Amino acid sequence: MPKRTDLEKILIIGSGPIVIGQSCEFDYSGTQACKSLRQEGYEVVLVNSNPATIMTDPEMAPRTYIEPVTPEAVAKVIAAERPDALLPTLGGQTGLNTAVALAQSGVLDTYGVEMIGATLSVIQKAEARDQFKTAMGNIGLNVPASGVAHDLNEAHKVLEKVGLPCVIRPSFTLGGAGGGIAYNVDEFDAIVSHGISLSMTTEVLVEASVLGWKEYELEVMRDRADNVVIICSIENLDPMGVHTGDSITVAPAQTLSDKEYQVMRNAAIAVIREIGVETGGSNIQFAINPRNGEMIVIEMNPRVSRSSALASKATGFPIAKIAAKLAVGMTLDEIDNDITRETPACFEPAIDYCVVKTPRFAFEKFPGTDTTLMTQMKSVGETMSIGRTFKEALQKSIRSLEVGRFGLGYDGKDLWRSGAMPATDEIRKRLITPGAERLYYLRYAMLAGMDLDEIHDLTRIDKWFLHNIREIVRFESDLAGHNTLAALPTKTLLEAKRMGFSDRQIATALSCDEEAVRNRRKAEGVVPTYKLVDTCAAEFEAYTPYYYSTYETEDEARVSDRKKIMILGGGPNRIGQGIEFDYCCVHAAMALRELGYETIMVNSNPETVSTDYDTSDLLFFEPLTLEDVLAICDRMQPAGVIVQFGGQTPLNLAKGLRDAGVKIIGTSVDSIDRAEDRKKFKTLLNKLGLVQPDNDTATTVEQAIQIADQIGYPVVVRPSYVLGGRAMEIVSDQTSLERYMKVAVDVSPEHPILIDKFLEDAIEIDVDAVSDGNTVVVGGIMEHIEEAGIHSGDSCCVMPGYTISDALVRRIRECTHALAIELNVEGLMNIQFAIRNDVIYVLEVNPRASRTVPFVSKAIGVPLAKVAAKVMAGLSLEDIGLTEEVEMRQYAVKVPVFPFSKLPGSDIILGPEMKSTGEVMGIDNNFGLAFAKAQLAARQKIPTCGTVFISVRDMDKREIIFIAKSLQNLGFTIIATHGTAKVLERNGVIVETVRKIHEGRPSVSDLMRNGSISLIINTPSGREAREDEKKIRSLSVSLDIPCLTTLSAASAFVTAVEALGRSGYSVKALQDYHPEPVLKPKKTEATAGQ
Amino acid sequence: MTDEAILVLEDGRSFLGRSLGYAGETFGEAVFNTAMTGYQEILTDPSYKGQLVTMTYPLIGNYGVTEEDEESEGPHVAGFVVREASGIDSNFRSTGSLHAYLERHRIVGISGVDSRALTRHLRTRGAMRGIISTTCLDEQLLLKKMSDVPQMTGLDLASAVTCKKPYPWTEGFVSPFAQSEEPEPGPKIKIAVIDFGIKRNILRCLVHEGFEPTVYPADTAAEEILGSDARGVFLSNGPGDPEPVTYGIETVSKLLGELPIFGICLGHQILALAFGGRVPKLKFGHRGANHPVKNLETGRVEITSQNHGFCVDAATLDDSEVEITHINLNDDTVEGLRHKQLPAFSVQYHPESSPGPQDSRYLFKKFREQIEN
Repeated sequence: MPKRTDLEKILIIGSGPIVIGQSCEFDYSGTQACKSLRQEGYEVVLVNSNPATIMTDPEMAPRTYIEPVTPEAVAKVIAAERPDALLPTLGGQTGLNTAVALAQSGVLDTYGVEMIGATLSVIQKAEARDQFKTAMGNIGLNVPASGVAHDLNEAHKVLEKVGLPCVIRPSFTLGGAGGGIAYNVDEFDAIVSHGISLSMTTEVLVEASVLGWKEYELEVMRDRADNVVIICSIENLDPMGVHTGDSITVAPAQTLSDKEYQVMRNAAIAVIREIGVETGGSNIQFAINPRNGEMIVIEMNPRVSRSSALASKATGFPIAKIAAKLAVGMTLDEIDNDITRETPACFEPAIDYCVVKTPRFAFEKFPGTDTTLMTQMKSVGETMSIGRTFKEALQKSIRSLEVGRFGLGYDGKDLWRSGAMPATDEIRKRLITPGAERLYYLRYAMLAGMDLDEIHDLTRIDKWFLHNIREIVRFESDLAGHNTLAALPTKTLLEAKRMGFSDRQIATALSCDEEAVRNRRKAEGVVPTYKLVDTCAAEFEAYTPYYYSTYETEDEARVSDRKKIMILGGGPNRIGQGIEFDYCCVHAAMALRELGYETIMVNSNPETVSTDYDTSDLLFFEPLTLEDVLAICDRMQPAGVIVQFGGQTPLNLAKGLRDAGVKIIGTSVDSIDRAEDRKKFKTLLNKLGLVQPDNDTATTVEQAIQIADQIGYPVVVRPSYVLGGRAMEIVSDQTSLERYMKVAVDVSPEHPILIDKFLEDAIEIDVDAVSDGNTVVVGGIMEHIEEAGIHSGDSCCVMPGYTISDALVRRIRECTHALAIELNVEGLMNIQFAIRNDVIYVLEVNPRASRTVPFVSKAIGVPLAKVAAKVMAGLSLEDIGLTEEVEMRQYAVKVPVFPFSKLPGSDIILGPEMKSTGEVMGIDNNFGLAFAKAQLAARQKIPTCGTVFISVRDMDKREIIFIAKSLQNLGFTIIATHGTAKVLERNGVIVETVRKIHEGRPSVSDLMRNGSISLIINTPSGREAREDEKKIRSLSVSLDIPCLTTLSAASAFVTAVEALGRSGYSVKALQDYHPEPVLKPKKTEATAGQ
Repeated sequence: MTDEAILVLEDGRSFLGRSLGYAGETFGEAVFNTAMTGYQEILTDPSYKGQLVTMTYPLIGNYGVTEEDEESEGPHVAGFVVREASGIDSNFRSTGSLHAYLERHRIVGISGVDSRALTRHLRTRGAMRGIISTTCLDEQLLLKKMSDVPQMTGLDLASAVTCKKPYPWTEGFVSPFAQSEEPEPGPKIKIAVIDFGIKRNILRCLVHEGFEPTVYPADTAAEEILGSDARGVFLSNGPGDPEPVTYGIETVSKLLGELPIFGICLGHQILALAFGGRVPKLKFGHRGANHPVKNLETGRVEITSQNHGFCVDAATLDDSEVEITHINLNDDTVEGLRHKQLPAFSVQYHPESSPGPQDSRYLFKKFREQIEN
């Protein structure tokens, strides 16, 4: 069937900010869909609030709306654009839920918009628990015994039927949010109540537990002619009970015989037909009883998902791209397989390697939260690796994780034979209770002498996986048995590499250094071969150059004569390093391709656009370690390598790469070092006559106390060489400092701690600039809304600045120029300034792409990362046509998004350690509206009336008066705790006093629970936040009441409420903000080294 | 399993690995199969007679072996080539490891092979003869022996795998994992099955569809079948080149028009030869479980299980008599035929699957309908 001609304009809804459970995979799918629909001649309208996405690049769609992904905002876009159809299946759960709301409210009917891909009834059938259960019954498939409940009473009735332990799953939520496993009645009540409150339909499913069963997923596609194919099977290493997003997963399924697999395949096909997903991809989860093969259906996602992104990368089959074409009526046999070119997309990929996905957690940033893995997803990112065996892929996956591990053991982080060697009881505990580290404990268990049966009994992990892990463990002792590298036979060395051992592991096992292992390998020809991911197990010639390394006999890499530039990606998403850096890498690839270079992308994150096979000329899906990257350099001989776009991961490799003779293009490694090394940086600032907060380095506790005294409290303390503000704190007195030194860090000459004067109440400024070494252009000057002290990734910021004077802006610009020229920056640079009493302090200089580059690029209409990549390739800013700072006519506000609701128990208070997972952008001609839109996009409610609860620390009591008055004028009722109320009353605010939690009842928490508070302003009274405040804040998270913890945020919020109340907001396409191209290039060819 | 082994191909390319299964020497035509599951069904499919089968999926043996999954009385492959043979069999149905199974059935195998390199080699150079040896690792010596290895073309292998005398088959699906639908409730229909190397699952599918099959040796004369009470004839799959199976072609020519006929794989090729077509050798064949086949009558695509080295040449068929009903979407080759006037149809692929997708089971129903009408 040919594509539909009755449709012209199609609306695609993105997934909004990166949150746990919804990461950049939806940028990958949305971007593919945009490209694919445009290729077929459709006009695409796009809505997404996340500026760090490739899909929101103005080139990806003719109409791009960076607006909140909410039914209200999308309705405005529909009214403005009048699309013929809405494709709801590519924007994750957020996109799907928004589409459902638009359909239910009648907006789609009013404007005659057709839902394509999946209709409302299909979505409901798949997502509403009871409808799904009935549907499965119709086709003879089993689901766990269960029942739907809308309140506790109903839930208890179901419980009688299913028994404990049981699983609770809220309807229409993402990443299992609000779900959990209850082992007792108290837990049951708590999870059910919480789940009902989170569900869009106030509904939960209470389900019999199948803990310990094997878990599988199938990725299915169907077209309008009812052709159905299975793209990929995935088997979870962690059995049922751990959310699939938090499980180590393997593709294809490993422990199913063909008979069992075909039963599952038939079931998947029956499910997609019964649910009625007419076109596109779906993901269906199954559980298998390992004792008798009994199969049950767990759930189905009638849309592309995280797993489909994984399946796409695992097989080479672009699910989202094909799904978009199916949605407009094409059939699978009409679409070509890009990879083989000659064969159609209507087939089931055959793979000839093993894929392992490993989740990445960030529990260290959320003290107090429960780190047990269960049905609610908690991981923040993932890596994928490919090997010819499971053992090889698993070890590659571990070293891709960026957690300082280089394999399963013998990697320097190994606890075995160390002082912290776990005892058998501890090992047992860690096996029974799944956590982020369970994989390593499997090894400890084996080393401690537990047999497979015992480990299997404790973990329920299939013995096939355990056996393979045991083979790694056994081999490792053989390896170490050789004592020295010289004594290691070449054959054993090769065998080690074939099992995925890194040079680092081999070096650790043989007490030598990594370089010695590398040299020995290279001398003896033990080097990786590169094989293609081709969807067909080599049955047909493949054209897409998508490679992975393995130690085999034949290398398939096609090395052309073209000049190559390699771009190193960012690895797994984690807090502090997310989609922003992938965005920059993708732009670098696009820019360099424009210049005629052959681009090579190296990355290990399956969720990304950078690892799409057509983003760069060659893709290497590999761990970002020195060993793996050098091996690719050896094979491909790139003319230059770009390390400044992928965040900290590639930057950490810069020195090693350079020392090994690889050419790093752009800002030199020495310049990076000058900016990062404290001493060198101090000298540099002195030379330029710039100031920084007083600071020093301490190697003992006594010294630290002395330095802090000298500088004066409060001070910022942190261990040297940590990232993302890890273990960074502001301490206000000696007692806190001593506590910090005792609890948080071990100070020693090898591990000094850095002490900086903390600038209280300073305004923090972020600057992104681009330089070619001669010309420096400021991309954007962003003013943080929260005062200094909160990690820049966690603060709201606005561009252009809204409170700083022109004179200061001028001075900031001058400082930026001076620093860029002095550091001889070629490419991007980010500087953080603080302003206090009109003095500008330089806090940090990073001569690399920053987290804000995509935000700034979209705000000014200039793709800064592209510009920077071209500069690195040798073009001048004049050639590119960017010599002047772009003057903004609108406000752009960036608001971070936090994972607190997914990680209950952690305090939501912000500090120097970054905690946000993503961000959104609000853009408008009016600051208040831009801020309001950003808040709405971050799913923050903006009440325009109701009761505000205010409780602020003493130093804020003066400033709160103005805010409270404004709120009162806007019609809010004010309630406050005793101290705050007193001050407000004295200043003419009508206020009611309410009890703090510990003062007895009814207290503020009762009011919150009763739903009578719509906004909270609560500033923390110190590092050891009183229990009361912490309780209020975490309650606000679970009750979803906006809670502002700084006065600056509160006053911006008031501005937003005011603006919204005055006029409401309207939507405007990015293309209308920047109707003319800003860049006027003079040259489009590379000149460097040609 | 740590003993070394070698695979040498007739063009001199060789692969080192380790001995898998029985230690010794074996020869045959090297081919590859891209199915990711179903190694035991593949090993025991008589169509692989005389072939060294390479699995492109690298991890083989994970779920062990079980008698339930046998497609015949034992393995028929000449040799087996894998990247990694699992050291553990992990599945509740498993009764033993792949290695022990191969050893018991005296199948020489090799593991640790860069099977992707081998597959690429066979894809570009075509299927070719090879020797696997664990007793001699000298390539030159093995290459010299190659001239004794017979070529696949012109070889009648069906006679080596067919049954010796007729027998009735009554067993339907024994495994609860084989079929979810209920068996056909209608009256039983007696049919004759000509065994060129039949897979058990075809017989099970036939029984499930309400047939009462009697299996006859490949060289059974048409008169014997016509003299029986069979109401239809099924032509089975089987190994190698169909042209040397002259006796089969002769029998089918005589049965054509007398009884409804359904053929699968070699049976399909023999039917095509009886229609007057030609069946030349493919470069490297189709072996796997993911081949898209378009049913030209319905426009629907089926994902199919395939195993054939020869293929019907569409140009050699008389289109006034014969209609092409199915084509392979990968290379447009003929996958299904129907006689326009006589009740006879056939498919090149394997609707009985095992291993592979079960999208095409409707063909057995179609055979029943053809007989009933």
